[in-house]
Amino acid sequence: MSDQDLTAKVPAADESARVENASTAVGRRSLLSGGAGRNLGLVIALVALCVVGVITAGDRFASVNNLLTILRLAAIIGVLSIGMTFVITGGGIDLSVGSVLGLASVWASTVATQTMANDTHWVVMVGVALLVGLGAGLVNGVLIAYGKVVAFIATLAMMVAARGLAEIIANRQTQIVKVQGFLDFFRADVLGIPTLVWIFVLVAVGAWILLNRTTFGRRTIAVGGNPEAARLAGINVKRHTTYLYALAGLAAGIAGVMMLGRTSAGSSTNGLYYELDAIAAVVVGGTLLAGGRGTIVGTVLGVLIFSTLTNVFTQNNLSISAQAVAKGVIIVVAVMLQQRIAERSRAST
Amino acid sequence: MVTDDPQTAGLLTMRGIVKQFPGARALDGVDLDIRAGEVHCLLGQNGAGKSTLIKVLAGAHQPDEGEILIDGRPVTITHPVAGLKLGIATMYQELDVVDGLSVAENVYLGHELATAGFSQRRAAIQHTRKLLARLGHSGISPRREVGTLSAAGKQIVSMARALSHDARVIVMDEPSAVLDSEEVANLFRVVRDLTAEGVAVVYISHRLEEIRQIGDRITVLKDGRTVASGLAVADTPTAELIRLMTGRNVEYAIPRRPPVADDAPTLVHVENLGLRGSFSDVSFDVRAGEVVGLAGLVGSGRSEILETVFGARKATSGRVEIGGTALRPGSVPEAVRAGIGLCPEERKSQGLLLDEPVYRNITLTSFSRTARAGFLDEAGEKREAGAQISALDVRPADGDRHARTLSGGNQQKVLLARWLVHGCRVLLLDEPTRGVDVGARAEIYALIAELAARGTAVVVVSSEIEEVLGLADRVLVVSEGRVVHEGPTSQIDEHRVLDLVMEGSAA
Repeated sequence: MSDQDLTAKVPAADESARVENASTAVGRRSLLSGGAGRNLGLVIALVALCVVGVITAGDRFASVNNLLTILRLAAIIGVLSIGMTFVITGGGIDLSVGSVLGLASVWASTVATQTMANDTHWVVMVGVALLVGLGAGLVNGVLIAYGKVVAFIATLAMMVAARGLAEIIANRQTQIVKVQGFLDFFRADVLGIPTLVWIFVLVAVGAWILLNRTTFGRRTIAVGGNPEAARLAGINVKRHTTYLYALAGLAAGIAGVMMLGRTSAGSSTNGLYYELDAIAAVVVGGTLLAGGRGTIVGTVLGVLIFSTLTNVFTQNNLSISAQAVAKGVIIVVAVMLQQRIAERSRAST
Repeated sequence: MVTDDPQTAGLLTMRGIVKQFPGARALDGVDLDIRAGEVHCLLGQNGAGKSTLIKVLAGAHQPDEGEILIDGRPVTITHPVAGLKLGIATMYQELDVVDGLSVAENVYLGHELATAGFSQRRAAIQHTRKLLARLGHSGISPRREVGTLSAAGKQIVSMARALSHDARVIVMDEPSAVLDSEEVANLFRVVRDLTAEGVAVVYISHRLEEIRQIGDRITVLKDGRTVASGLAVADTPTAELIRLMTGRNVEYAIPRRPPVADDAPTLVHVENLGLRGSFSDVSFDVRAGEVVGLAGLVGSGRSEILETVFGARKATSGRVEIGGTALRPGSVPEAVRAGIGLCPEERKSQGLLLDEPVYRNITLTSFSRTARAGFLDEAGEKREAGAQISALDVRPADGDRHARTLSGGNQQKVLLARWLVHGCRVLLLDEPTRGVDVGARAEIYALIAELAARGTAVVVVSSEIEEVLGLADRVLVVSEGRVVHEGPTSQIDEHRVLDLVMEGSAA
């Protein structure tokens, strides 16, 4: 009896020591690589960029006006990127968002300028853009989830087709929106902050809640992390995948409206290559390209880093080509750092 | 220093191996000595350090302390290729073959026969044919695409690759886990041939009875240390091995249960269920509180039957009724709503979100129900998961850890906990103890018995006939997609089941 007690106790103490060791390691790791730590890295990068901006461009950079310019620049890509965050977290990819943005803006501006001319209510315009985005996203989702087309291919096809359809509708002409209520809405600001930026903020807050606090978000992570496990746990993976692409399409529709509001021009070239900027922002922000982990805060920071970079380069009269090179470098460095962190956390398990 | 006596001189010796990972000391002084021509079994519970040890041996991990001697000379194995050059080949549990390449290309993967960059396909095919013949499998064509082979066939390819490196030590990590009994017998024959040629085999398995059949000597690991080495298989009783592995005396026995009450209602009614290309005409009933076992070989259709009942595969014929209500074929959500739960065969790929916290894995089925108006109630989830973590003694008892960090047995408990939190009246268990160590195994048996006692209808699939017969009230023997026998487990023994399984596959 006493003998048994001994053998039972010794390993137990041993075990608890091991567990304790492991849990302190987990604590340390989460500071470095957990949500807060990762975002801290992005904040540091953003601050560094701002310091460079202040040093090289001085007051031209560090003015309220310029800050708002950066935010306005970030807003449209930001909304696209947030939609993309859901798709990528759910284990997919959407190459069509830039084209869908273009299609939505063209379709809405056509409705406004041709069908009913200037008395078109702006609600109709906005509604058309959102429906076009949602519809394109649903087509993507159904093709991928039920048609079993690989996401890369299905959305590549949508990218090409939506751009083509936009050109057909616009007849290769730029249409100027003159709906006064609509234009006034986007020229206004609330508390000194432009409408565009407010939309971005609202979308971001809503998305954060959706991803982190709702069953929709939990399903997204489950479907992206292990679709088979999610399916066998009773989650309707196909339906949820469809929703994710529909959501990205809806975000592209919103971005299309924002584009119309900012430029008042519906052009089939609106949003050209934006899908690449959005994917870059999402990945730099720390969302796993393989799915199963996503961060809205990271995406927002990623978008801000890129738009600040663009601004700093513009302030210093550097070419767009030079910007592109710098963007490429940032993407590679960020992804390599992430992998390093992921490996470290895997090795310690 | 080292004796020259070939009887005692080790072919390969590891001394005082220490491997430290951030946060955990995976190996804490391991000794292992392997002689030429022996089958050396490595025993230990999950987490004892077996996997880390063979990775050190293969050169995939570098030890922090300790030495490795080959033929008495110290060596450092800096990377896997160095290990192969020293004659150490490893067959990992997840077979590392490339499905899209041919058998010959797989055998010579990484050391292709080539002249000036042009591959010598003919030579590779000839050599591969010889290696396959040596392994007694000249039936496999070297040109065949590996993806078309069964798990057993892939294992032979993996073994041929080891031989192509002139391996003197072949490490086999749970080679029998994916094999049926006939294939295991064949594996043992190959192992005996290899050892007769002087090759040493390091054999890892959870199945003690296999070690009895094939092993010469045993080294037991526990908590990263060698607790016994060089035990002769013939002289070491099983109870002693279990005591060494667990540090306590475990009842390996399956708990006895009272017979199912005569008035227990039928919960599951499966009628002429079929899935084209897999199984057909499967009918059975399960009553509340009853455990029904499905015995059969891998590929007999037993897992497919479970998955079809659950709706994860869409039945092409027949019907499933739960509590008198027919289920729509091919709908997992409907099956879950009807109160069925499935613990799938492949825990990691089919069951778990490995990089999510344990508590979220436990509530994966129930979080929608806990939520209010679509908003998660994480505190409630943690509470419910925590209750199951302590009830099932999941170790470590920390719901915030990632599922990846748990041992096989504890991962299985997490999956069981998922259905307990959700609450289900029918539980389908596919290989519930595969890769589960002895201690956790006994706990899982006890849990199954307890669930049945509370009125849950349980269906268990297992490759271990002993386990099926021990757990179940009734057994269905499945062979080639058909039920060839159904009856109470009290009226059939292991040999008869084995006969039925074989008969069916011969037909």
